[in-house]
Amino acid sequence: MLDWRLPRMRHGMIHVWRRNLLVWRKLLVPSLLLNFGEPFLYLLGLGLGLGRFVGELGGLPYLTFLASGLIASSSMNTATFEGLFSVYTRMVPQQTYEGMLATPLEVDDIVAGEMLWCATKGLFSSSAILLVSFLLGAISHWQALLCIPLSFLTGLCFAGPAIMVASFSRSYDFFNYYVTLVLTPMFIFCGVFYPVTTLPDFAQSLVQLLPLSHAIAVIRPLATGQEPTQVIAHLSVLLAFALVSFYWATVLVRRRLVQ
Amino acid sequence: MNNFIIKAENLKKSFNGEFVVKGVDLQVPFGGCFGLLGPNGAGKTTTLRMILGQSPLSEGNLEVLGMDVPTHASHIRRDIGVVPQLDNLDPDFTVMENLKVYAGFFNLRGGGLQERIGELLKFVELTEKANVRINQLSGGMKRRLSIARALVNNPRLLVLDEPTTGLDPQVRHMIWGRLRELKQSGTTLLLTTHFMEEAERLCDDIVIMDHGVILSKGHPKQLIKQHVEPEVVEIHGEMDALPGILTEHDIHRVEIVGETIYYFTNAPDEIIRRVENKPDVHYLHRPANLEDVFLRLTGRELREI
Ligand SMILES: Nc1ncnc2c1ncn2[C@@H]1O[C@H](COP(=O)(O)OP(=O)(O)OP(=O)(O)O)[C@@H](O)[C@H]1O
Ligand SMILES: [Mg+2]
Repeated sequence: MLDWRLPRMRHGMIHVWRRNLLVWRKLLVPSLLLNFGEPFLYLLGLGLGLGRFVGELGGLPYLTFLASGLIASSSMNTATFEGLFSVYTRMVPQQTYEGMLATPLEVDDIVAGEMLWCATKGLFSSSAILLVSFLLGAISHWQALLCIPLSFLTGLCFAGPAIMVASFSRSYDFFNYYVTLVLTPMFIFCGVFYPVTTLPDFAQSLVQLLPLSHAIAVIRPLATGQEPTQVIAHLSVLLAFALVSFYWATVLVRRRLVQ
Repeated sequence: MNNFIIKAENLKKSFNGEFVVKGVDLQVPFGGCFGLLGPNGAGKTTTLRMILGQSPLSEGNLEVLGMDVPTHASHIRRDIGVVPQLDNLDPDFTVMENLKVYAGFFNLRGGGLQERIGELLKFVELTEKANVRINQLSGGMKRRLSIARALVNNPRLLVLDEPTTGLDPQVRHMIWGRLRELKQSGTTLLLTTHFMEEAERLCDDIVIMDHGVILSKGHPKQLIKQHVEPEVVEIHGEMDALPGILTEHDIHRVEIVGETIYYFTNAPDEIIRRVENKPDVHYLHRPANLEDVFLRLTGRELREI
């Protein structure tokens, strides 16, 4: 019943990616407002407000600590919401994929293109935070630019699971489970707002299983001018999540679309 | 290689173990218009989806444009245009952008494209709507845009799944005119419909299917000749007034549906003489048409789909 073949990477995925980019460009103003407005609120409200009481965390001013965590988490959030809501919209109510499948495009092109697109949107939102942080003086090292490709990898890593969930969902409501049980806990426990080391031991080992912790473990030092440790290990975890979830997303979307 | 644009042998499709297409053979010649007729749930859309390589065959052999489906489906679709049963235009784009983006999926871009899109918009009379969003189009405009979109790649085969269902007579006639033009320019048309008038006007060959099997095939006129007498007298009236009209000899040429008797015959004068002076009875004398064949073959009971 299931088609277990490996995803085929074809040029068609660029067409799918490009279609989404064109839509995004049409809605540029509201998109940018969201991309820049949200981090401003977080950084000003939490970073400066809370920062006054917290002072320094892990040797960093709180604003800098928070900003470097948000670079990672915003790619996660953005890629996830695109992979859940937008992919579902194109798959079910809008039947965009049905239209694409009447052209030379195939299901594998759609999944690969959507993965790329979700990660691209993640990259956009992380870059916006980086820029805002720079303007606020929270981040000033040139090596922080390396966070941009990393935010793309982080996006891939969360796009796959989100598309998987969208592929077997029957309605938008179903996404509440994923957001409440998976996404929000990661946002809160994986070190965006405080160091993971403040958690109890068992919780620390649990958190190490989650990809956001690994994204932050590389992105935070890079953004703040420190040298990241165990880079290969962290990147491998992210890459593994991206690849395995890409494979599963392809298998599951095939099942949904090819009947 | 061969003279058929589509060659299907023993096509079967099952969903969850239940067969909805049960061994369909099709031979669609190059050029002309081929009609796939059948009531709701007959398996028309499922058959088309297999032909397009969108739905894997459960059994059978299928060749389109001389190539095996599904092996070469993606390649074959370069030369096919599809007008789906339910419009799936992209609501995030305008009319013009819809065509442009869709052309991109075929790797078409650059110089000639803009011109081609202009021609297509003119062809379906949507030039004024070029920069309008999809949700501001009427149903008829959407269907016309779907047809234009299906033509961006200059297809050799145009597949239309119930192209005129739900449209008003003006749009329907306009679309028929355009389809006839396409046919004349050499495009092969494959269409499904349950409009018999549409099939009679457009199709050179038709297949009537129901419950996943083909019941009959041939040219529309030939099918009428084969399955029903050439003339029909429809008799409407109070059921009480009717028994006096029919005799036992008539049983085999009559179908009764609700308050109407359909009387199939070679010599209508005799029955007309019997009904014309009855006060409570009205009648209509007309040539037999494809709808009579369709109803004879697929039965008159309603479909619960
Ligand atoms: N994905 C599916 N899963 C299960 N059953 C399906 C699926 N697609 C179609 N069917 C069933 O197959 C049968 C044929 O459906 P199909 O859509 O091919 O009919 P159709 O001739 O196009 O009808 P209509 O004129 O209503 O469009 C129906 O009974 C339908 O319920
Ligand atoms: Mg159908």
